[in-house]
Amino acid sequence: MIPGPFSYHRPATLADAVKLLSTLGDEARPLAGGHSLVPMMKLRLATPEHLVDLHGIDGLKGIRRDGNRIVIGAMTTQHELLASDEIAKSLPMLHETVLLIADPQVRYRGTIGGNVANGDPGNDMPALMLTLGASYRLEGTAGARDVAASEFYQGAYFTALEPGEILTSISIPAPAAGHGYAYEKLKRKVGDYATAAAAVVLTMSGGKVAGCAIGLTNLHETPLLAAEAARCVIGTSLDEATLKKAAAAAEAIMSPAADARGPVEYRKHVGGIMVTRALTRAAGRAS
Amino acid sequence: MNDMTPTREQREANLEGMGCKRKRVEDIRFTQGKGNYVDDLKLPGMLHGDFVRSPHAHARVKSINSDEALKVPGVLAVITAETLKTVNLAWMPTLAGDVQMVLADGKVLFQNQEVAFVVATDRYAADDGINKVQVEYEPLPVVIDPFKAMDADAPVLREDLAGKTTGAHGPRKHHNHVFEWTVGDKDLTDAAFRKAEVTVKEMISYHRTHPSPLETCQCVCSFDKIKGELTIWGTFQAPHVIRTVVALIAKIPEHKIHVISPDIGGGFGNKVGAYPGYICAAVASIVTGKPVKWVEDRIENLTATSFARDYHMTTEIASTKEGKVNGLRVHVLADHGAFDACADPSKWPAGFFNIVTGSYDFPVAHLSVDGIYTNKAPGGVAYRCSFRVTEAAYCIERGMDILAQKLGMDPAELRLKNFIKPEQFPYHSALGWEYDSGDYATAMRKMMESVDYAGLRKEQAAQRAAFNRGETREIMGIGVSFFTEIVGAGPSKNCDILGIAMFDSCEIRMHPTGAGIARVGSKSQGQGHETTWAQIIATEIGIPASDIMVEEGNTDTAPYGLGTYGSRSTPVAGAAIAMAARKIKAKAQMIAAYKLEVHEGDLEWDIDGFRVKGLPEKSMSMKDICWAAYNSVPPGMEPGLEAVSYYDPPNMTYPFGAYICVMNIDVDTGVYKVRRFYALDDCGTRINPMIIEGQVHGGLTEAFAIAMGQEIRYDDTGNVVTGSFMDFFMPTAVETPHWETDFTVTPSPHHPIGAKGVGESPNVGGVPAFSNAVNDAFSFLGSTHIQMPHDYWRNWRAAKNLGVFA
Amino acid sequence: MAKTHVTMKVNGAEIEGLVEPRTLLVHFIRENLQLTGTHIGCETTHCGACTVDLDGMSVKSCTMFAVQAAGSEIITIEGVANADGSLSALQEGFRMMHGLQCGFCTPGMILRAQRLLKENPSPSEAEIRMGISGNICRCTGYQNIVRAIQYAAAKINGVEFQEAAE
Repeated sequence: MIPGPFSYHRPATLADAVKLLSTLGDEARPLAGGHSLVPMMKLRLATPEHLVDLHGIDGLKGIRRDGNRIVIGAMTTQHELLASDEIAKSLPMLHETVLLIADPQVRYRGTIGGNVANGDPGNDMPALMLTLGASYRLEGTAGARDVAASEFYQGAYFTALEPGEILTSISIPAPAAGHGYAYEKLKRKVGDYATAAAAVVLTMSGGKVAGCAIGLTNLHETPLLAAEAARCVIGTSLDEATLKKAAAAAEAIMSPAADARGPVEYRKHVGGIMVTRALTRAAGRAS
Repeated sequence: MNDMTPTREQREANLEGMGCKRKRVEDIRFTQGKGNYVDDLKLPGMLHGDFVRSPHAHARVKSINSDEALKVPGVLAVITAETLKTVNLAWMPTLAGDVQMVLADGKVLFQNQEVAFVVATDRYAADDGINKVQVEYEPLPVVIDPFKAMDADAPVLREDLAGKTTGAHGPRKHHNHVFEWTVGDKDLTDAAFRKAEVTVKEMISYHRTHPSPLETCQCVCSFDKIKGELTIWGTFQAPHVIRTVVALIAKIPEHKIHVISPDIGGGFGNKVGAYPGYICAAVASIVTGKPVKWVEDRIENLTATSFARDYHMTTEIASTKEGKVNGLRVHVLADHGAFDACADPSKWPAGFFNIVTGSYDFPVAHLSVDGIYTNKAPGGVAYRCSFRVTEAAYCIERGMDILAQKLGMDPAELRLKNFIKPEQFPYHSALGWEYDSGDYATAMRKMMESVDYAGLRKEQAAQRAAFNRGETREIMGIGVSFFTEIVGAGPSKNCDILGIAMFDSCEIRMHPTGAGIARVGSKSQGQGHETTWAQIIATEIGIPASDIMVEEGNTDTAPYGLGTYGSRSTPVAGAAIAMAARKIKAKAQMIAAYKLEVHEGDLEWDIDGFRVKGLPEKSMSMKDICWAAYNSVPPGMEPGLEAVSYYDPPNMTYPFGAYICVMNIDVDTGVYKVRRFYALDDCGTRINPMIIEGQVHGGLTEAFAIAMGQEIRYDDTGNVVTGSFMDFFMPTAVETPHWETDFTVTPSPHHPIGAKGVGESPNVGGVPAFSNAVNDAFSFLGSTHIQMPHDYWRNWRAAKNLGVFA
Repeated sequence: MAKTHVTMKVNGAEIEGLVEPRTLLVHFIRENLQLTGTHIGCETTHCGACTVDLDGMSVKSCTMFAVQAAGSEIITIEGVANADGSLSALQEGFRMMHGLQCGFCTPGMILRAQRLLKENPSPSEAEIRMGISGNICRCTGYQNIVRAIQYAAAKINGVEFQEAAE
């Protein structure tokens, strides 16, 4: 399991990186944490002729508050997210979810940008970003643009990134004070992708759900927002009938693949259960 | 006596002999990264070999074109079956009496089968080369389902066997049939079933899995053209056997073959057999005149070098209404993959599966095994068990639970009712074994008391009632397993490998200053032989274990041994060590008598030397005797203090144990939680309790993995879908349960130190405990048997099939 | 493929070497530097046998290129023992608690545990199990590895190691 040969580039500025990627075209791949790309290269399922390592670029790292939004540099590692007081305070669901990504070693190297930009349906961050209403900053030769996470994912490993563009940061609106949240992930073991996972952010008012967003991981070729499921819990106290209805609405949009984690029917079934469990746990945390 | 004279306790402790939790000698180097594993070896000019493998499970190989590969910088040669034919090595014999392709000869029979071997200056160039070899395949229909392999119209897999109606183990019934093996009295058994008040029948499958040690299989071969000598460093659990195999098939005189097993990163049966990588590396070294290294990667390991289990066991038990068993009938469909490469003793095509009567007094039994070919990897190794013993234990332990369920009896009570009783030993089983010793009921009762078995059953009843009332979605299972292992292969009367009797050996040399070296025919892969073998010697001859160096794995220095697998090291090599030590001690006694000027018979052993009976102050320590052995032996005696023992065991040993697993399962997701696991082992005399505990922990963890998800699975077209550590269930510290261990001691009556072997017991006993817990959990919903592995989705499917979601 | 010159600090020593861009860090460590205590178990970033400490991070060196490590500071198992050559608290803990058998996962386990204890000097059992969940051991069943790390934590913290009752 040896990667094929390639040329290595380590630009010092974003402009250089963008230029390299656009000049080298399809044969170049940006390299962030490398925990998706390098194994693919070792299997020679990916054989890029050029790797553009983003680690040399200042300014792609860091977590900052920008008014009512939290902005996270794409090269911020999962380990750094876990260590951040700002994340723990403002985006506790992100903290909870990052702990469920892979294993400690992978989290030291794995970046949030790589996780959201790769388009791997098994990654946990994309569904979370949909749920939180995040947007991504993409920068290319034509300049910068912001794309909503909900507009970003087009198919498995197929995203709104244009050739030569780099995802540079993620902007997340701070959830309302007193919001409830939960990420429920069923996996076979540490290091596995989700058999099914659901992210929930909600607010409660007078014992009833006032606002709600539900995201789904690894239950479709892209991450999903379960809008109908979220709609049907608004105004309810999450009684059993409502939870069932929400699970059914979520299951209706799932189309997971059958794999070693289980057949389609099972993965949809537990997908629904992850939704109800995430809703219940989120409601318990809301104030 | 002054204060400085050590007490008896201090002298005893100073030896660090048997029964002591001696810290391991090996750990000093392993904890500092100074182990010496095969891939650490770097020889001048060393080349690297790597395989082109088949993407197809069954295909004709139309052509192999190496032109582009040979243009890759660093690539020196591409070896194919055609190359190997020039040295008559395109095929190699297997340990099971079959033949196996070293490289694809005309066709491929399983996915990732070896097709060509690329030799290059380093592993990067070799990998580049294999990507440039062009192979044209013509896909053929595949046989994956073992139950369809013997259909009349099933594709012919082994064209090389066309017309051969007899194999290594008797007649073949079909073109995909390997052998039929039968044991026991069929007529008496059939009669018992006709008369039986109660019978049960179930097809119990033990799925295909893989030992997967953390270090894969690898070797370095170096052929010296001038001397005509071949040196092989490899991950070999049985280095001497490898030397003999190489001598037989490569026609190199055996004294010119040097096999060295350095430190081995786990074996679990994976490293017993001979694989194409070894042959190709050796041929490549002979062809190039340079050392050649071959290191398989993890995907290759999981998909090509061996597998374990894949036994499909139709099991029937006859009993009285009161639960006294009176007959056992088992038919096994054994999926051997593309070649029969089982690493069993020659006369045992299904290993010791005839231990399937287990711990119970079956008056009659009959067993038949049909081995078959399919388009899967060859192997059939004993993954942390004696040959096919874990399959047998699983079969009978599931069978007993199924019988208990039918009778409405508690499974522990049913076992107690049918145990072989202490006074029945040595016990002759209906399928031909002579069990050496056992006290099953004592072990079982100790287990039941330790975990409050009655209390657990009460809790389970309450849990079931709550489930039925809709108050919980969790069900509780209690899995009881009582296993009898058969290890220590084995007596020359019935055990050999390639005609070599399965003895083992030890040579001890005591040096003048009272330290010594022991060389042993076994080969540790993590079991800690360097530590425990010295403990046996320490107790036997009174020299501190820390003064004994243990060496294994070098065929030039170690006496011939059959290696380490099947828990045979302690029963066989351990006995050889004790016997060699006793030879040392006998000579030492003569020397001491001479020096103390008494008759030998006037001496008695006293911890670390001899003393004159009745005159304790007149004594001679073993250390002093060592010195004397080199300068003042009795007239006529040869100087020196050395001994060799080749030990041919009179019988197998029969460790046993009582295990229990308590588990909760969430029926909505199938997610299980192991609440408690208690393992009581009786391995006879305990040499190092710390190491025994470690072995039990490790074996239980492997049992947990196997029972709960660890599977080599193929899709319908023969692709392996579990080829990495993501999909092949390899639990981490988070998933792995906490283990409780306990023991009883029933020494083996025929073993010099009474020891029986333990490394594999926890796997043998653990798997049925987990599976019985899952099955017990679902039983009140009307289920009789759910096949392994019990991963989440299958548990959910079981719940669904039982109407839980209706 | 043209080779790149890299320098880095490994176990306190400045080293340099020529590597292809694709040379994996683990191969550079094992084959160029001849530090063979770092092992290769799975090659797919699951087993952790290749774990080294890189600039204060536990890293699986099979999933990183040597060129990426240029300029960094690396500790391998060969750099773990105390300055006087005695075993470190963790190395001693693994030996005392029988936290290893075949020894193949041990270097990665120890490197990972060392970083874990630096970040969390008194971890609970659950935290230890989570903390080593990127490292697979096929021999021990982890229980004695957990005890080994607890032993080391106690020794480093200067408190007496209390063996948990079974």
